Amino acid sequence: MRMLTPEDGTRPARALTALRLTVNNHPGVMSHICGLFARRAFNVEGILCTPLGGGAISRIWLLVQEDERLEQMIRQVRKLQDVLEVLPYAADEGAFTSLDACVEGWERGRTLLA
Amino acid sequence: MQSMSGAELVIRLLERQGVECIAGIPGGANLPLYDALSKSPAIRHVLARHEQGAGFIAQGMARSTGRPAVFFATSGPGATNTLTALADAKLDSVPVICITGQVSRPLIGTDAFQEVDIYGMSIPVTKHNFLVRSVEDLPRVITEAFRIAASGRPGPVLVDIPKDVQTATIVLSTLPEPAGPDPVEPPDAESLTRAARMIDEAERPILLLGGGVAASGASGAAFRLAERAGLPTTMSLLGLGAMPENHPLHLGMLGMHGARCVNMLMEECDLLLVAGARLDDRATGQVERFCPKAKLIHMDIDQSELDKLKQAHLGIMADAGTALTALAGLVALSERREWLARVAECKAAHPLLLSGSDDPRAPYGLVRRTGEILGPEAIVTTDVGQHQMRAAQAYPGLRPRRWLTSGGLGTMGFGLPAAIGAALAHPDRPVVCFTGDGSLLMNIQELATAAETGVNVKIVLANNNGLGLVQQQQDLFYGRRIFGSGYRLRVDFPRVAEGFGVHAVDLGSSRDPLADLERALLREGPCLVNVPVAAEENVYPMVPPGAANIEMIGGEAHAHAHA
Ligand SMILES: Cc1ncc(C[n+]2csc(CCOP(=O)(O)OP(=O)(O)O)c2C)c(N)n1
Repeated sequence: MRMLTPEDGTRPARALTALRLTVNNHPGVMSHICGLFARRAFNVEGILCTPLGGGAISRIWLLVQEDERLEQMIRQVRKLQDVLEVLPYAADEGAFTSLDACVEGWERGRTLLA
Repeated sequence: MQSMSGAELVIRLLERQGVECIAGIPGGANLPLYDALSKSPAIRHVLARHEQGAGFIAQGMARSTGRPAVFFATSGPGATNTLTALADAKLDSVPVICITGQVSRPLIGTDAFQEVDIYGMSIPVTKHNFLVRSVEDLPRVITEAFRIAASGRPGPVLVDIPKDVQTATIVLSTLPEPAGPDPVEPPDAESLTRAARMIDEAERPILLLGGGVAASGASGAAFRLAERAGLPTTMSLLGLGAMPENHPLHLGMLGMHGARCVNMLMEECDLLLVAGARLDDRATGQVERFCPKAKLIHMDIDQSELDKLKQAHLGIMADAGTALTALAGLVALSERREWLARVAECKAAHPLLLSGSDDPRAPYGLVRRTGEILGPEAIVTTDVGQHQMRAAQAYPGLRPRRWLTSGGLGTMGFGLPAAIGAALAHPDRPVVCFTGDGSLLMNIQELATAAETGVNVKIVLANNNGLGLVQQQQDLFYGRRIFGSGYRLRVDFPRVAEGFGVHAVDLGSSRDPLADLERALLREGPCLVNVPVAAEENVYPMVPPGAANIEMIGGEAHAHAHA
């Protein structure tokens, strides 16, 4: 799911949009959302999901490429019953890159659980 | 304070929602629900013979009443058998609620006996779905299911309930209020004003009505607008009946098997006003070439339908009835003499040809005669194939909620169980199912359900001993190579029907087919009418799949005159 840079020559660089979703937090929400993107052959470049408040709702960030289908995808996501809000933000890969550093910390400092 | 089991709670909640009839099949994982249902004074159970049949029986109830209908299935194979009926309901926006039993919570995820992930499998084919994880969730989930199924653009909801949730005890002081559809926001006033101006300025406008108009009971509003603004009106397959066919502005169906004049006039129109239709490719043909000269105003209650296939010049998110009524108050009164004269001329030059209209043994005649005998109160269902298109083209006096056909998914096997459901919901009306031999075989086991319930369902079988519409495509587009679409065995349908306990008539061996047809249609209870038809007869006109609507083949008035 890593972004491919134009240097890779495999895909043209496109502007990125980050979709900020507020969703009900229960098993299955992810399948609804990811299934929707998968069925419409729309790739999600990055996903970040964290619980909010007491854990009854979650925040999901989806990093997607801007293309002409994006507006339609947003409308489809809004129709999902467990999705309470969708806000699109202009984005770059930076946020996800700094997350990599954070995850590296887990990998380095801690022991691998069997 | 009342103490009850989860299963009893579900049945109480369904009673409070006004559910009167549930079709389904029991099994290990939903037996607590069945046991609770056995004690319900308000809800009747109809034992289907296949869960797909149960799903279409529910659809027949929901499509003919406009209210959500419920069906039951057990876990595993019972649950997977519901998927086609759910997908069909999704594509045609039908409010049905499927309640499946699931293995007990501790067994979920262990590949237990009859366990499948119906929650995961039904995500793409439902509007929404639930896996109930505790008995305390049931009051919310069941009411939500009804709210979601009926709100906005209606659709199917699946509720999967583990067996131990059904047997768990719950103590409740009050039950939740029954849920109805969410209130609909009024359409944006400025958009309506703009739409009215676009209609006033247009010279050759056409109104296109879809299933959403039938669903929101908006056909009256639609033709008041049409009359005021002088709008010739066409309908998609699911929108048929929204305008009576004897209305001067009535154009008939567009698209793959629409009338020639309709597809020709769409080519000329300069404004297309679409209400509650989603511009399916069977209706539009190649979408880039659909109404090439027209501006598009698209009204739909589902925002994601706007701009989905064709960029609208003006998109209006609204309930069709509300928007059409408001528009009728905003447009100028217009006679539109020139355009309507052109429309009349085109209709006269390129009418829909229904050969053999009087002969009950000819495919079109069978449809027309049946309609004339049954009269305006009848509910019509169809299966999928040539017989379906002929019913759409020729049935006299179709009405919304009395025309039930599988449009979006095109599911063979829909017709018979949908007719049973419609008859259960409307015991006072005759119900007729037009079917083909291929389609009937797909849910023929429901003949037993029809016999057992004694429903007033007439099955009119145009029997060409093959998959007619497939043969038509092979004939026209695959060098006449008819392969894998003809039956070598000729099924004796009257005998099969009688074996199921359904009275049957064979017009093929009848000496007075019209009298026999009439007698069969007017007797009480279920009856099958078998009518042998020629496999070579195609349905015209036809737009080749992927072509523009204007490229339709066949059905020319002059060609027929020479033939
Ligand atoms: C479940 C299902 N399988 C396959 C098809 C593809 N299909 C469309 S029409 C058709 C033939 C229908 O034959 P029949 O019911 O005998 O009607 P006819 O066209 O002969 O009137 C088939 C196989 C379908 N629509 N639904």
